[in-house]
Amino acid sequence: MAYSFPEEVLEHVFSFLSSDRDRNAVALVCRSWYEIERWCRRRVFVGNCYAVSPEIMIRRFPEVRVVEMKGKPHFADFNLVPEGWGGYVQPWIRAMAASYPSLEEIRLKRMVVTDESLELIARSFKNFKVLVLSSCEGFTTDGLASIAANCRNLRELDLRESEVEDLSGHWLSHFPDNCTSLVSLNMSCLGSEVSFSALERLVGRCPNLRTLQLNRAVPLEKLPNLLHRAPQLVEFGTGAYSAEIRPDIYSNLAEAFSVCKQLKGLSGFWDVVPAYLPAIYSVCAGITSLDLIYAAIQSPDLVKIISLCRHLQCLWVLDYIEDAGLEALAASCKDLQELRVFPSDPFEAEANVALTEQGLVSVSEGCPKLQSVLYFCRQMSNAALITIARNRPEMVRFRLCIIEPRAPDYLTLEPLDTGFGAIVENCKELRRLSMSGLLTDRVFEYIGKHAKKLEMLSIAFAGESDLGLHHVLSGCDSLRKLEIRDCPFGDKALLANAAKLETMRSLWMSSCSVSYGACKLLAQRMPRLNVEVIDERGHPNSRPETCPVEKLYIYRTVAGRRVDMPDFIWTMDKDAGSPEGFLSNGAVEQ
Amino acid sequence: MNSAVMKFMYTQNKAHRYCLTPPSYKTCPQFSHSLTTNFLQIYVISRKMERSCSAPAFEKDDLNLRLGLPGRDESEQPSSSCAKTNKRSSSEMDTSPHNNQSAAPPPKAQVVGWPPVRSYRKNALQAQKQPESEGSGMFVKVSMDGAPYLRKIDLKFYNNYLDLLKALEGMFKCTIGVYSEREGYNGSEFAPTYEDKDGDWMLAGDVPWEMFITSCKRLRIMKASEAKGLGGCL
Repeated sequence: MAYSFPEEVLEHVFSFLSSDRDRNAVALVCRSWYEIERWCRRRVFVGNCYAVSPEIMIRRFPEVRVVEMKGKPHFADFNLVPEGWGGYVQPWIRAMAASYPSLEEIRLKRMVVTDESLELIARSFKNFKVLVLSSCEGFTTDGLASIAANCRNLRELDLRESEVEDLSGHWLSHFPDNCTSLVSLNMSCLGSEVSFSALERLVGRCPNLRTLQLNRAVPLEKLPNLLHRAPQLVEFGTGAYSAEIRPDIYSNLAEAFSVCKQLKGLSGFWDVVPAYLPAIYSVCAGITSLDLIYAAIQSPDLVKIISLCRHLQCLWVLDYIEDAGLEALAASCKDLQELRVFPSDPFEAEANVALTEQGLVSVSEGCPKLQSVLYFCRQMSNAALITIARNRPEMVRFRLCIIEPRAPDYLTLEPLDTGFGAIVENCKELRRLSMSGLLTDRVFEYIGKHAKKLEMLSIAFAGESDLGLHHVLSGCDSLRKLEIRDCPFGDKALLANAAKLETMRSLWMSSCSVSYGACKLLAQRMPRLNVEVIDERGHPNSRPETCPVEKLYIYRTVAGRRVDMPDFIWTMDKDAGSPEGFLSNGAVEQ
Repeated sequence: MNSAVMKFMYTQNKAHRYCLTPPSYKTCPQFSHSLTTNFLQIYVISRKMERSCSAPAFEKDDLNLRLGLPGRDESEQPSSSCAKTNKRSSSEMDTSPHNNQSAAPPPKAQVVGWPPVRSYRKNALQAQKQPESEGSGMFVKVSMDGAPYLRKIDLKFYNNYLDLLKALEGMFKCTIGVYSEREGYNGSEFAPTYEDKDGDWMLAGDVPWEMFITSCKRLRIMKASEAKGLGGCL
């Protein structure tokens, strides 16, 4: 076959394709394009670390520079995934150490990372530049020391929301004196105090530093030292934002902030002393992103800040902001795209703050660019949801958590079906939805009918029967991730829509009514799925087949069954011919 | 009336929310038993206990009396599956003499993972941990009404309230007297108060010592006449 273009030309053309979807599509055109594309693919995203194996990835893509990977299911964030579930990155690091000597970036989310892995990374990749560990766990500050000491060209070290065993703050001092390459450092999740002089020197010698997110232990009085050394910062996270109220501390701080003309993002603010908040006023005009979820700031102080941040695009805040504060937000911040309101006191049934559905309605009315919402509140009505849906038809992510499970419309006492129905019907671009409150099968009918672009759906304490699940699985054409807890969904819907599961990344169901027998049946029908039963009550065989399993995690995979499972997870056998009761648990060691 | 008291008046009594208690709690004489004596103390204790435990356990109670403003009906109970997933047993609390339920609403079983807030964030907001290095003290400032300057003490140095109060008496040359759960420090010239993690001012002596030292941010020795609002009944 004659080629139109030499390989190099095609490679050059492909280099303009950044999205994985486009690259995957290109690879399907013909054999030669598949070959060319796989040799020039530099970034790989593995959404589920068990969907594919390191060997398969390396075999297909031999020249990768950037690997991004996710491990545990999302519900692990809320303690629904038992300790020891898995998500170990070590096998991947080992394989990549051997085959990807030029690897530059590793970005992991919800994975177990050990010091051994970090040391291996530090030793194996000479040009290593970026390490992002988001919501990871399993490593200590010793592992960080290895990274700091050995990665000569390190640009990014971002530990966002990871659980790190904090042995000491000395790890930071391991950055060599000739390390000047840092662009981004996020150590906000760490507890220990680092050597401040080491931090100061590090910040001072890295001229490209754009992001610096400190941990709580860095005192407020010392912030000017850092800000003066890095006036080019774009994102800054303070430590504990408290000190004795002294005019000299205040003026130093205010002056230091005023020098940072490029600042766009602020975060941190633990233990806020409100008297020090005005120190940031001088930069508010340029701020586009504000993360105040650790800041117990009352509404009036919040309003002062917000009304100065006219270009705010993203706000994460506690419900201390109250409805009044959200009204002020709606009035001031016309560029707002994303709002997250977290509960200050999630376990109180009664509201400790005056935050209701009205706050969200105000923002939906006042902020024409609003497309992403995460909102915790204690009451909601269909009317409010309908209003929000009509105000913001371009909504892309809508996550609503009404704190009381199965709470009805507080005005009419009806289910919130019509409200959420309005959301999916009006917001045709909706990609992510989390629901709460009292919901019948009807809401799932609406979702199946309208939510054609929905990719991720989270359901809790909702629905009445299998019909609900059936509507979702049969209607949502773009569904990739479905997570369900405490819903009366059982075998019928799952088995009737078995094929759908292969078109999705994963399905999580916990405290539902799926029986052990159905799990086995599903696994036999769908050999390209791993059907994993998680049950801490012991071997499912010790209970009747009709007994519902505790938790169920189903995902498509080309890597076969897991071999690193703990003793409370079982992969259902895909071979229908195996003897009754045979279950493989796999080796525990990895 | 200080802001802490105001807060309590406007929220429902949460005395029914108990959680697993550390062994010291049951033997701690300072813990207040009766709901009737001190609304404030019970509320505070239960809330503090809640926060010091990672997963509260609850016992069901038939009584439906409520204190505070009427709120939403609490008849909705989470699904029974949570009973399985919540592994902590509440048997310890069943027999505890501290459960005086005479005026408490029925407690709700808390559901694992609900509301969906990351424990990482919860802990970061509520906990006020000192840097965890070995041997670091728990230094807090101590002020006394009328004294020209503050002192600083290491709470870890003391084993119980008695030792602490003796030391404070010596440091500031004052008499603080004996704590009683009913009367607080009434009858003495001064009362020791402290600011806790939430920024509330509390009377020292109500909660178990362990809980006190982890939640105390600073101490203030108030004139007893001013402290009456904290210790007395509402």
